[in-house]
Amino acid sequence: MARQPIGDVLLKADNISLSFGGVKALSNISFDVREHELAAIIGPNGAGKSSMLNVINGFYHPQQGQITFKGQTRSRMKVHQAAVQGIARTFQNIALFKGMSVLDNLMTGRNLKMHSTMLEQAVYWGRARREELEHRGKVEEIIDFLNLESVRKTPVGRLPYGIQKRVELGRALAAEPSLLLLDEPMAGMNLEEKEDMCRFVLDVNEEFGTTIVLIEHDMGVVMDISDRVTVLDYGRLLAVGTPDEVRNNQEVIDAYLGVAND
Amino acid sequence: MSQDLMFLTETVISGLMAGVMYSLVALGFVLIFKASGVFNFAQGVMCLFAALTLVGLMETFDLPGWVAVILTVAVMAGVAWIIEWAVLRHLVNQDPIILFMATIGLAYVLEGVGDLVWGSDVKVLNLGIPQGAWDWGLDNLNLYVEKLEIVAAVTAGLLVAVLAIFFQKTRVGRALRAVADDHQAALSVGISLRSIWVIVWTVAGIVALVAGVMWGSKSGVQFSLSLIALKALPVLILGGFTSVPGAIIGGLIIGVGEKLAEVYVGPFVGGAIENWFAYMLALAFLLFRPQGLFGEKIIERV
Repeated sequence: MARQPIGDVLLKADNISLSFGGVKALSNISFDVREHELAAIIGPNGAGKSSMLNVINGFYHPQQGQITFKGQTRSRMKVHQAAVQGIARTFQNIALFKGMSVLDNLMTGRNLKMHSTMLEQAVYWGRARREELEHRGKVEEIIDFLNLESVRKTPVGRLPYGIQKRVELGRALAAEPSLLLLDEPMAGMNLEEKEDMCRFVLDVNEEFGTTIVLIEHDMGVVMDISDRVTVLDYGRLLAVGTPDEVRNNQEVIDAYLGVAND
Repeated sequence: MSQDLMFLTETVISGLMAGVMYSLVALGFVLIFKASGVFNFAQGVMCLFAALTLVGLMETFDLPGWVAVILTVAVMAGVAWIIEWAVLRHLVNQDPIILFMATIGLAYVLEGVGDLVWGSDVKVLNLGIPQGAWDWGLDNLNLYVEKLEIVAAVTAGLLVAVLAIFFQKTRVGRALRAVADDHQAALSVGISLRSIWVIVWTVAGIVALVAGVMWGSKSGVQFSLSLIALKALPVLILGGFTSVPGAIIGGLIIGVGEKLAEVYVGPFVGGAIENWFAYMLALAFLLFRPQGLFGEKIIERV
């Protein structure tokens, strides 16, 4: 299947500044993400990558600047509303519902798409039942897509780390998001798991046309798969560009390799 | 069947029935603890408040029982909403101990409001639940079981079945379990913590109403009803704070245990074992199996 061409600006960050007490996590960050794009945010430890993701996601409210998503500039919103607007995410330290099965975890991703009332659900009748089955079908598709068939009914707490990361991706996909935020999806994985995960991320982007913002430590991975890269360092914006442009940017090289001060 | 065996059967059955009554109270604690990690000190008072409201509505407005029950459910939902609005939402991300203290305050407020609105005299609750003993003749031997306790057992069974389906099969049930597992992840899939809290306190309020009706029919609706919460504590310690089946089985074990202890050990120590047996059992559990029979093992990584 051909990849959908990169479209208009979907998400725009304008002059975002965020601090915790006296610590500046982000200062004056501006960048944008376009439709169907696979964008990456990279930077050394403590550069503010996760903070940036949390701002996009509505977990943090920046003191300055604004986020525009789908053409709407966001005022202070409630945390769970990011999901309502079509933003789904995964976490750096896996945040799954450990006691629940893979299937149920993915079903929570469909939460916002189900509309039957409490009363209907209490008796599990009519619309509630129909809805449950319909969404179950969609979730099974995602399970197939991510090769999770064999662990469908296993409580996720019992699964190995690499698979848990995949389940988390599945839960985000189940919401059919228009923007998918991935916080270090390959952290702590071995080479084989990393390759699998890369494949899945690329497939999601190609097959569903999902716009993806990815944070990753592994430079090799990022340069291979992303369309555009945003580089942060100590909460400052260092560079934005294609992987090639970024690779040859002197400031980026300095930040990653260190500068000789003599 | 010999006389002795018959007596043992009767003791066990009455123990099981009493146990069901304890389980009903414990269930309310488990629901709230599971979904929000709060030990709700006010659960006992919620039983009292629900029963008071029910009797009050029936007496004051001369309503038929079922209408009053529906209205009381609505009142409990309102109470849940007010609790979320006035207390819980201001205490997000606070330590469990602070939330616990808040529920102590809540207990006093609910008790006061109940007294103020419906008065503090002992009321008789008559919902038409059959009273008296059911006498089952068998080979010239008689087995006595309280009818009320049979109704309580059947009701508890139904309640647990409905809750199980609700938790396992429905969207809201899944959201409840999700919130219990991980707040951040729940928010990220668009679950609103606040509405989940209102729902869970409403369900706990309904469970409190059922427990209040059963205990109220048995011994009248009065302040001492709120003290049944004390009996639920050992049940929780036995069954585990996070397990619905644990609450049921813990209740049954304590019910049967204290009846058997009273009958067979009581005479040797001068009786009244029934009053403290449950607490001794809970103490033993705290020493050797602090997570209870079905609770999640507490592992903390440092």
